[in-house]
Amino acid sequence: MSAADPAAIAGWEAHPPRMGFFTDTSVCIGCKACEVACKEWNNVPEDGLAWLGLSYDNTGSLGASTWRHVAFIEQPQAGQDHGIRWLMSSDVCKHCTSAACLEVCPTGSLIRTEFGTVVVQQDICNGCGYCVSACPFGVIDRREEDGRVWKCTLCYDRLKDDLTPACAKACPTESIQFGPLLELRTRAEQRVDSLQAQGETGARLYGADPSDGVGGTGAFFLLLDDPEVYGLPPKPASTTRDLPSMWKSAAMAALSLTAGVAAAFLGRRR
Amino acid sequence: MVPDAEVRTYYDRPILKQPVWTWLVPAYFFTGGLAAGSAMLAAGARLTGNRRLARQSRLVALGALGASTALLIKDLGRPGRFYNMFRVLKPTSPMSIGSWALGAFGSAAAAGMASDVLDVLPGLGALADMAAGGIAPAVATYTAVLLADTAVPAWHEARHELPFVFAASAAASAGGVAVALTPPSEAGPARRVLGAGALAELAAVEALHRRLGPELAATYEQGLAGTLGTWSKALTAVGAVTAVAGGRRFRPLAVAGGLATAAGGAVLRFAIFEAGKAAARDPKYVVGPQRREAGVGG
Ligand code: SF4
Ligand code: SF4
Repeated sequence: MSAADPAAIAGWEAHPPRMGFFTDTSVCIGCKACEVACKEWNNVPEDGLAWLGLSYDNTGSLGASTWRHVAFIEQPQAGQDHGIRWLMSSDVCKHCTSAACLEVCPTGSLIRTEFGTVVVQQDICNGCGYCVSACPFGVIDRREEDGRVWKCTLCYDRLKDDLTPACAKACPTESIQFGPLLELRTRAEQRVDSLQAQGETGARLYGADPSDGVGGTGAFFLLLDDPEVYGLPPKPASTTRDLPSMWKSAAMAALSLTAGVAAAFLGRRR
Repeated sequence: MVPDAEVRTYYDRPILKQPVWTWLVPAYFFTGGLAAGSAMLAAGARLTGNRRLARQSRLVALGALGASTALLIKDLGRPGRFYNMFRVLKPTSPMSIGSWALGAFGSAAAAGMASDVLDVLPGLGALADMAAGGIAPAVATYTAVLLADTAVPAWHEARHELPFVFAASAAASAGGVAVALTPPSEAGPARRVLGAGALAELAAVEALHRRLGPELAATYEQGLAGTLGTWSKALTAVGAVTAVAGGRRFRPLAVAGGLATAAGGAVLRFAIFEAGKAAARDPKYVVGPQRREAGVGG
């Protein structure tokens, strides 16, 4: 239970249950309503209107000014309409239980909210960029014209008013489901079972396992193929879990350095 | 080694974000290392009564530290908010720990300098020099932990070797600059630091490549990182041999060899930086190793 309660670990005493997203990609129709709703509600600036030539994906990836990104994958497969299996998936910040971005942030700009989500405090970020290289999912990025980093807030403002985040609200197929994380996980497991029973053997959950490298994610997914097919890392981890061993190596290196310099002075005096 | 074709990706698009850091960051690593190594030389020289070397090295330490801090601030997206680095002290953030270490280091080195130049409070001055020299090894190595604590495979998988690379390179560079600036008769300890540092640097880089294995080591061996790596090795090796073998008698060789060794250390930081950028750019470096860790085959 405590592993799923990062808000308590962050010091919130009385707090609402951890809220999150369950994105069931098996019912995504690729309408991009989530992308649009997110931009509109959060006043996220335009970040390039490009034709990428990647199926219907002209968004490309998550970034400082793209907080929802719908991926389109066309897989040749016999027996499907036009011989193509479509995979569509709306990606978003994972709001990790062990969030590398938050852990490495030197200013304390990135915080854990009472809902267990991860949010940038824009009045504090100094744009050091550490979180950008720490995120194992390549989510958070710096808005160069602004100098600070930006990412999905899980509509923190809406949550405080008991509203559903904009993307989930706009999703016409309920591919994006919002709610208390533990309820979502139960629902997702049932959904995987029923898909498996229907013969969809590739159905699996991504981010729903609290024992994975990021302690499970607050925004998790039902995928129909390997994560990397959707542009997701197969085994994401927060590298801060290795921090004790890294500091140990650094201490050994520092000691060797001290010993070496001392020896140089004590060796032969002349 | 996993052939590229076996790794499935989303249109070959990167999984990780490119570091937003520019050339200012490897330059900040180098000058930080140089400052740390020089402060240690200054402390050693002060303890052994080598006043000339002490002064020289303290000056280099302060100059390099000033440059390092300026580079670090310049690379921020919001330089005017640099002071937010001192808003909290966060054990989980190597950059936070490093900022505080840099602050303490700079204050101590400046105090040591002030006492020496103004000729006041020599006892406190010596103490300050010792403090700077004592914090210096942390300043030399925290940047390695900073890089290693990222999702970038070329940096994280090298987490146990990077601190040794950075420590050795700090020694070699500081020794190099000191040998170049100090008359050979008083540069004995600096020469030894240069020689041992250069050897250790070359050995640690070799160990790093081995640790990564052929697939990830490619990020250090190919492209811009590979070119820089080769230059770094050559500069360090040739510079060290020149300075140690020839610099004892001939001042010009000391200057050339010392500066070449330091340049080798500088280029090395850029090589490591570029390797990380290459690793973040190509999703195969993320998918391949993670797949193997998962034991699911390539
Ligand atoms: S996905 Fe990245 S940006 Fe989002 S919480 Fe996790 S580490 Fe932070
Ligand atoms: S860029 Fe901003 S949010 Fe990211 S680590 Fe630096 S200060 Fe924190």
